Amino acid sequence: MGKTVAEKIFDAHLVDNPYGDIHVIKLDSVFCHEITTPVAVNDLVSRGKDRVFDPAKIKAVIDHVTPAKDSKTALQGKIIRDWAKRHDIKDFFDIGRNGVCHAIFPEKGFVRPGFTIIMGDSHTCTHGAFGAFAAGVGTTDLEVGILKGVCAFHYPKTIKIEIIGTLPEGVYAKDVILSIIGQLGVNGATNKVIEFAGPVVDAMSMEARMTLCNMAIEAGGTCGICYPDKITVDYLWVFISNEYESRQAALAAFQEFYPDADAEYDDVITIDAGGLSPQVTYGYKPDTVKPVSEMDGTPVDQVYIGSCTNGRIEDLRVAAQVLKGQKISDAVRGIVSPATPEIFNMALDEGIIKIFMDAGFCVTNPTCGACLGMSNGVLAEGEVCASTTNRNFFGRMGKGGMVHLMSPATAAVTAIAGYITNSKLYKV
Amino acid sequence: MKNFNGQVLFLDRADINTDELIPARYLTEITKEALKPYLLEDLKFKGFDPEKDISGKSIIITRSNFGCGSSREHAPWALEVNGINLLIAESYARIFRQNMFNCGMMAVELPAGEIDRLFAEFSDKPTIIETDFANNRFIIKADGKESEISFSISGFDRALVEAGGWVDYADKNY
Repeated sequence: MGKTVAEKIFDAHLVDNPYGDIHVIKLDSVFCHEITTPVAVNDLVSRGKDRVFDPAKIKAVIDHVTPAKDSKTALQGKIIRDWAKRHDIKDFFDIGRNGVCHAIFPEKGFVRPGFTIIMGDSHTCTHGAFGAFAAGVGTTDLEVGILKGVCAFHYPKTIKIEIIGTLPEGVYAKDVILSIIGQLGVNGATNKVIEFAGPVVDAMSMEARMTLCNMAIEAGGTCGICYPDKITVDYLWVFISNEYESRQAALAAFQEFYPDADAEYDDVITIDAGGLSPQVTYGYKPDTVKPVSEMDGTPVDQVYIGSCTNGRIEDLRVAAQVLKGQKISDAVRGIVSPATPEIFNMALDEGIIKIFMDAGFCVTNPTCGACLGMSNGVLAEGEVCASTTNRNFFGRMGKGGMVHLMSPATAAVTAIAGYITNSKLYKV
Repeated sequence: MKNFNGQVLFLDRADINTDELIPARYLTEITKEALKPYLLEDLKFKGFDPEKDISGKSIIITRSNFGCGSSREHAPWALEVNGINLLIAESYARIFRQNMFNCGMMAVELPAGEIDRLFAEFSDKPTIIETDFANNRFIIKADGKESEISFSISGFDRALVEAGGWVDYADKNY
């Protein structure tokens, strides 16, 4: 019987199979940020086990609240900073060089096809865009990962989602994944990996694939996975050119982790992207999804463009295309947070930052802050935010606030109109 | 091993997420104890008041997909520091469920029909559950009567509960 991508990766990393289908696997990388790591570090210290399994395989960043907003967040930063220093963790990104974890780590070339990665952050599933197995875990799994370089999972079942047809103009990866979550429901993929395949995914950039995989967790999925191809190799080439003779050789090596033709899937779902329109959430769960046209006219107080879902350069380019020469509504506060310093720099060079500022947006440094209501754009009770992020739970961006999830194009035009509407990039 | 006995809190809603269990604004805390006052602060539905209903409870019975959303282990910790070590539900989100057992706590699944019955029979009255861990059964006490319900737990989950969590288990074995 053939194997799925996740099964191949698991089999190549197996350390122990202590009970039933529990597989303890070796980790290629452990990613850390300042919200979930300090408690793990403190616990290791209190146990007298303040060690790391391999400093070169640990990558750390301060991204959730940066710059620190108060004494507590300053202390969280200090704990991870001191820890990175005393264990000689070279890939530690502090203020000035820091960005949203799921944007900066791929950008630095830390994710490779076939890798196993954990992080104390549910959106770690993003990195499956490279054909890796990457899963969000809690602080205890993170702690064991840091100490031992292993993590335990059930042997993964996989849902394959084949996206066929051609994506209409003005419809993006965000609309695709919102529509998929609407179909699967918030627990439709619980305990399962999702393989995203088909011509629509093949045509997507790495940025778009990361948007797709980023929200696998919103359907309960352990990881979203795309197959590594020429686009993956081209993205990674600057980091791997000394490891492979040619791009073709790299691709051939990565294809080791392609699924077998007779791989067994828990479910196979085919979606025709041809008829898809821009999507938006209307409720307090990410599976409450409607076409934007059905929410037309819904007023908002704030528009947020950024996050590990949609804070990459392509996202800013699309938003800037909508915003160019326009002013946002007086009724709306616009906030944009380029996800990394490199993205910020590119946006500066391309004139995108000026377009945002001329339109009336506040441009913030790279941070996760507003997405989870921690800093840099927290909502007041009863306020509504149009957001390119990934979660619309009640109070997510601030106690008593409401969030509508959407693509950067829809968010940008919503900022101009003051209410949710379709951008002109989408031609009905 | 932790204590898995005590009075039951019934939460009659599916998809209770980790932002509702412990809002992100409290993730700046670096001790578990500091989370205690904020458990379920943002959970809003008819018939639940976090200020009155949590006190004195040691067990939660709830519906499907409990703990969906963020990976924050602050969610099980907020339960733990409030003395709640046992959850009984139709299903859980993967990361949350693993976090519970990783902390030596229990997240037990029962079939939807059994959960329906527990809500119908007990949710309107003071109910106490005692856990017979060795024999995989809960003893339910309400209205001066006793009944039993059996549960299953995998070998790995049992080992984590017995070891007091994943750090001790992994440190011993890997």
